[in-house]
Amino acid sequence: MLYTENKPIEEILDCLGEEKNIFLLACNGCADICETGGQQALTTMKRELEKAGKNVSGTALVDFLCDKMLVATRLAREAKNLQKADSVLALTCGIGVQAVAKVVEKVVHPAANTVSLGGLHGLWPAEELCRACGECVLDYTGGICPIAFCAKNLLNGPCGGSQDGKCEVDKDTDCAWQLIYDRLKSLGKLDNLARIAEAKDWQQSTSLEQRKTKFTKAML
Amino acid sequence: MKSGSRLEKVLTAGKFAVTCELGPPKNSNPQIIKKKAGYCAGKVDGVNITDNQTAIVRMSSIASGVIAMSCGLEPIMQMVCRDRNRIAMQSDILGAAGLGIRNILCLSGDHQKLGNHPEAKNVFDIDSIQLIAMVRKMRDDKQFLSGDPIKEHEPRLFIGAVANPFAGPLELRVMRLAKKIQAGADFIQTQCVFDIDRFGEWTELVTEAGLHSKVYILVGLTPVRSHKALLYMKSNVAGMSIPNELVSRMESANDAGEEGVKICLEMIEKVRKMEGIAGIHLMPIGWESITPVILERAGLLPRPEV
Repeated sequence: MLYTENKPIEEILDCLGEEKNIFLLACNGCADICETGGQQALTTMKRELEKAGKNVSGTALVDFLCDKMLVATRLAREAKNLQKADSVLALTCGIGVQAVAKVVEKVVHPAANTVSLGGLHGLWPAEELCRACGECVLDYTGGICPIAFCAKNLLNGPCGGSQDGKCEVDKDTDCAWQLIYDRLKSLGKLDNLARIAEAKDWQQSTSLEQRKTKFTKAML
Repeated sequence: MKSGSRLEKVLTAGKFAVTCELGPPKNSNPQIIKKKAGYCAGKVDGVNITDNQTAIVRMSSIASGVIAMSCGLEPIMQMVCRDRNRIAMQSDILGAAGLGIRNILCLSGDHQKLGNHPEAKNVFDIDSIQLIAMVRKMRDDKQFLSGDPIKEHEPRLFIGAVANPFAGPLELRVMRLAKKIQAGADFIQTQCVFDIDRFGEWTELVTEAGLHSKVYILVGLTPVRSHKALLYMKSNVAGMSIPNELVSRMESANDAGEEGVKICLEMIEKVRKMEGIAGIHLMPIGWESITPVILERAGLLPRPEV
């Protein structure tokens, strides 16, 4: 169970920028319980986007967005609507966003911050990782998480130890920033990285937040 | 003047700057620093005092910097993001400035896995670009990172950053340099240059982007006295590019030490002619005594009066 909280709509609209046609993709798993995903959140988000002048080119609800097989199979039915979209807005946790980004050759924006892993690890079936930092940066990095995959949690690009696409810590491990670079380059979004990412607010991921997981609330 | 440091004065006066490196000892003996300082005192515009480089525990850069200062050197305090959070870093920045340090070099820092305490927990609360922005905010906006005011005696430091032309991906290297300048870097020191061709490619991109006119770039150079040193760096130091021709040239030389000096002098000659290069940064690892020899033979002594 991963706990997520909605990003403010202002932040989401800021991320979408000039993009007009948006495909909405919501998770029906943990995010539904946290009310950041599921049918209700999907309907609300669609209304919010349309109110802001966006066109929702299509929507899809998938049981577990962290499962790339499920995502790919479900989205195969949406090829046309997906094609029309400038980007995808994913109502899910950090792992869901990363999984969708691996499946879809479009910009994938996160609609939520993941605040806790909820004590139950290993639910997601693949290599995507989330550290529940509470300030999701996947929008900036093209759906690959530097907090989870960079050995130094760097937010402004690779350190001097990145060579031939590998990390200085281990020559068999990909440099997260090389992956981010490749992904943003293929999406034509390298300009993202020209902006300085400011010092992170780690309060959002302190142990206190982890300890305050809404497990009991979710159980009710 | 942002800091009033000698390095700042030399660079703003348009003089070709020379800095070198002094690695603190793995003990508490100040004599080791004084001995190394003796080789370069009065012959360079600043000396980098490394901060637990390659994640190996050494005397702190602030303490070593103050000892170097007592020998007439101007320290450039290195600060990495690996070992301290923003509270400790700002505290040390205030302390360093209070002790008379006028230059800082901001780096991410080698990962602890590469050092002698791989079991340590790292910090990386902020990254090198955020560190640059933080020092600039303390100096120019008279504010801590949190926005709290520094009511008096803000730390006035000349802010340096590093650039590695040989790490990947090249395009991102230039973007990252631009971000460092935007964040507040006043000068840049590069990773050791052995591969002059690849360095040339990087310099071209940097000048194309007009970055050379916004920041002072000092080229990192490392004289070596054996081909084995080159081979060691090639396989053990992160982010290095060492051409094979250079290794064989060193290997076949009769007097490897002299050959190493010659190579370094040739490099100095080449980079001095390059557009947008404001100085050199000498890093003779474990061979500090060669610094004055190289500077003398390169015609970079005496240092200008500023």
